[in-house]
Amino acid sequence: MMRHCCENGASCHHKNPSDQKGKTTRFRVALAGNPNTGKSTLFNALTGLRQHTGNWPGKTVLRAEGTYSFKDVTYTVIDLPGTYSLYSNSADEEVARDYIVFEQPDVTVVVLDATSLERNLNLALQVLEMSERVVVCLNLMDEANRKGIRIDDRKLSSKLGVPVVKTAARDGKGLTELKETVEGVARGHIQTRPFRIRYSDEMEEKIKTIEADIRTIFGNDLPSRWIALRLLDGDPSLTEALKKRIGKEESTDGAIAQPPYPAEA
Amino acid sequence: MEPSLNPLIRPKHNQLDTLASKARSLADPDNRDNMVSSIYKTSRAIVGDVVQYTDRQQRQHSERLDRILTSKIWGYPIMLAMLATVFWLTIAGANVPSSMLAETFAWLEGYITLAFQAVHAPDWLHGLLVLGLYRGISWVVSVMLPPMAIFFPVFALLENFGYLPRVAFNMDRLFKRSGGHGKQSLTMAMGFGCNAAAIMSTRIIESPRERMLAILTNNFVPCNGRWPTLIVLSSLFMAAGVASGLQTFVTAAVVLGIVLFGIVVTLTVSWVLSKTALRGVPTHYTLELPPYRRPKFWNTVIRATLDKSLFVLKRAVIIAAPAGVITWILANLFVGDMSILEHIVAFLDPFARALGLDGYILMAFILGLPANEIVLPILLMGYLSTGAMTEVEDMAALKQIFLDHGWTWLTALNMMLFSLLHYPCGTTLFNIYKETKSPKWTFLAFAIPTGIAIGVTFTVAQVVRGLGWV
Amino acid sequence: MTTVIPLSEAVPGQTLRIRRLELNGTMRRRLLDLGFVPGAEVYVLQKSPLGDPVAFRVSHTTIALRKEESSKIFGELPGGEG
Repeated sequence: MMRHCCENGASCHHKNPSDQKGKTTRFRVALAGNPNTGKSTLFNALTGLRQHTGNWPGKTVLRAEGTYSFKDVTYTVIDLPGTYSLYSNSADEEVARDYIVFEQPDVTVVVLDATSLERNLNLALQVLEMSERVVVCLNLMDEANRKGIRIDDRKLSSKLGVPVVKTAARDGKGLTELKETVEGVARGHIQTRPFRIRYSDEMEEKIKTIEADIRTIFGNDLPSRWIALRLLDGDPSLTEALKKRIGKEESTDGAIAQPPYPAEA
Repeated sequence: MEPSLNPLIRPKHNQLDTLASKARSLADPDNRDNMVSSIYKTSRAIVGDVVQYTDRQQRQHSERLDRILTSKIWGYPIMLAMLATVFWLTIAGANVPSSMLAETFAWLEGYITLAFQAVHAPDWLHGLLVLGLYRGISWVVSVMLPPMAIFFPVFALLENFGYLPRVAFNMDRLFKRSGGHGKQSLTMAMGFGCNAAAIMSTRIIESPRERMLAILTNNFVPCNGRWPTLIVLSSLFMAAGVASGLQTFVTAAVVLGIVLFGIVVTLTVSWVLSKTALRGVPTHYTLELPPYRRPKFWNTVIRATLDKSLFVLKRAVIIAAPAGVITWILANLFVGDMSILEHIVAFLDPFARALGLDGYILMAFILGLPANEIVLPILLMGYLSTGAMTEVEDMAALKQIFLDHGWTWLTALNMMLFSLLHYPCGTTLFNIYKETKSPKWTFLAFAIPTGIAIGVTFTVAQVVRGLGWV
Repeated sequence: MTTVIPLSEAVPGQTLRIRRLELNGTMRRRLLDLGFVPGAEVYVLQKSPLGDPVAFRVSHTTIALRKEESSKIFGELPGGEG
């Protein structure tokens, strides 16, 4: 599973902080997952008492953030709201979606309930469409074992194209391995090739027609296939979020690259 | 950003609009179903490949437990029994540590006073800092900490076990009838600990209408700050005639009765509001019942103590400290031959009598706006008019103080009812404002409970007196 | 022979295979996310003490639905027996 491709992560991703700074390096890790998967337990187990909560900007959704350090590097953990999907059915889902797509954490850990993998996997598959740097965490393994559920994590990992780590956060089991893996993905030492769902031919055709246009606008900054899917689903909140994003981009880049243009009518 | 990918000829906004309308032309209500079923098919295929279920029996463990815990016959009795057990544990367990803490504080106070005398500190400073501030804090700590240190962990154990969603499942029908959401019962459960925290927890209800119902009615669940009042009064006046072995039991039963009455009021108020100011159709509802899990005992207990007990206690101390000082000042500043405190009492008395209370009680509730936990200490301080809050070493002495001021069981009952129903504390109101961003709803959150508290206590007082029961 | 009935009319102990959802908007999305997708098997677990909501087992999890929603989810009983 571990493929040590390059010594420094720089070649893998533009967002990675440089390794050179040593102690000051910080990685951002987002935890996504269904409700009732022990995600908060995992968050507590990782960050201990170094955490604080607040509101997501403009939303009455709780935002919990904490830190841990691993091998002299500080990791900021963002506990995204527990959701069943990321299709922006609710404020929670919108917050989680926007964070993964627009804030682009260095690693997104998808926490899955090993005892009901089928439904939990849906969320994982959605996250894999949104980000390259994903670690799948099979939590509640203790319970799964007790219930006689056996999961072939190697096979799952090769199917999903991202590392899979088994944990029992309540007992603190598997945490070190999870931290190792997160580090590997953050630094680009572990290469991922996220599994992408193949939709019906008709859907794939539709995706193709608009994906090129999305690339023209956003380049490779945003996951174009995922945006295409969301637009085809008629997600109005995404169009809004994208507009906001462009606005921000142009106000920061604008000074250098772009002439001012009249505001829209 | 690579500028080469940004054709600067057309602003991106226009491009995005074109894109959006292109996507709209391709959009189709079936797209969503297509996508979701593709995702599900994929998940199912992957799961079929990597997961083996070796023991089907084990998986049904939670379902078998649910057949009892949410059954037609046993669902409600078990729920009540659990609630009663939590109360009983809290009441029975808190007594001894409470009095030990109080003794320790009193013992420390002696030394602090000696220290003040040693440096020849003026009397007013000693009064302000020791008799006001220090006693205020020690009352709150010794009365509140033990019940909280029992209640929060026990409740957290139930929560981590997975029982609370079952309560929401059992109760949903009642909440639906009254226009609310089943999850409202979860926010009420939070309210047992702290209403201010429970207001934040209403965020789990997504529909704004049902969330507002939950916010406006949360106060009818007695929080930790009000428990001491409920417990002390019911054990002094309601359980007095019972054999001593049964007293804790009767106390718990009376407290349970008060809590149930609070739930009835919650449902009634929700129902009235959803027929009037918050009209609307009940929104969609789904509730997951996660499998039961054996909680990690010590983890849960420690976490609950650290996170909840100490947090609530800190808040209480921060508020109780200045309130202790203010009360001391009011009781020690004289206008004419009466202290300001006594003037207030005299002013409030006629109205309070109509409610079956007296001026001191009403004043204690008013001064107790910042935090409910200081209501009882302020009341005692008023009665004794020593100018400082008292230490109460002995329950019999406490009861005598009340009896000397003309208390009957009606006074005790109505004080409990007023405590249950009256306006939320300052912190809770502040949170309501933060969450609703509306002065109007915040005012209603103050006015509705206050109106009900006055109405209920007035009615009870008139009926009981009319029938000549006291 | 198969009979298609709304989920709300199934009794505890029965298993239905979902045919269609006659719901739109957010609720439809929510139910799809929870696993109430056409083709999925739903096992009726039990009613709450007051008769409504009802708990269902779908994709290895237990989800409670009120009658308002479950009456709009249609599924077939295998073999048409009760």
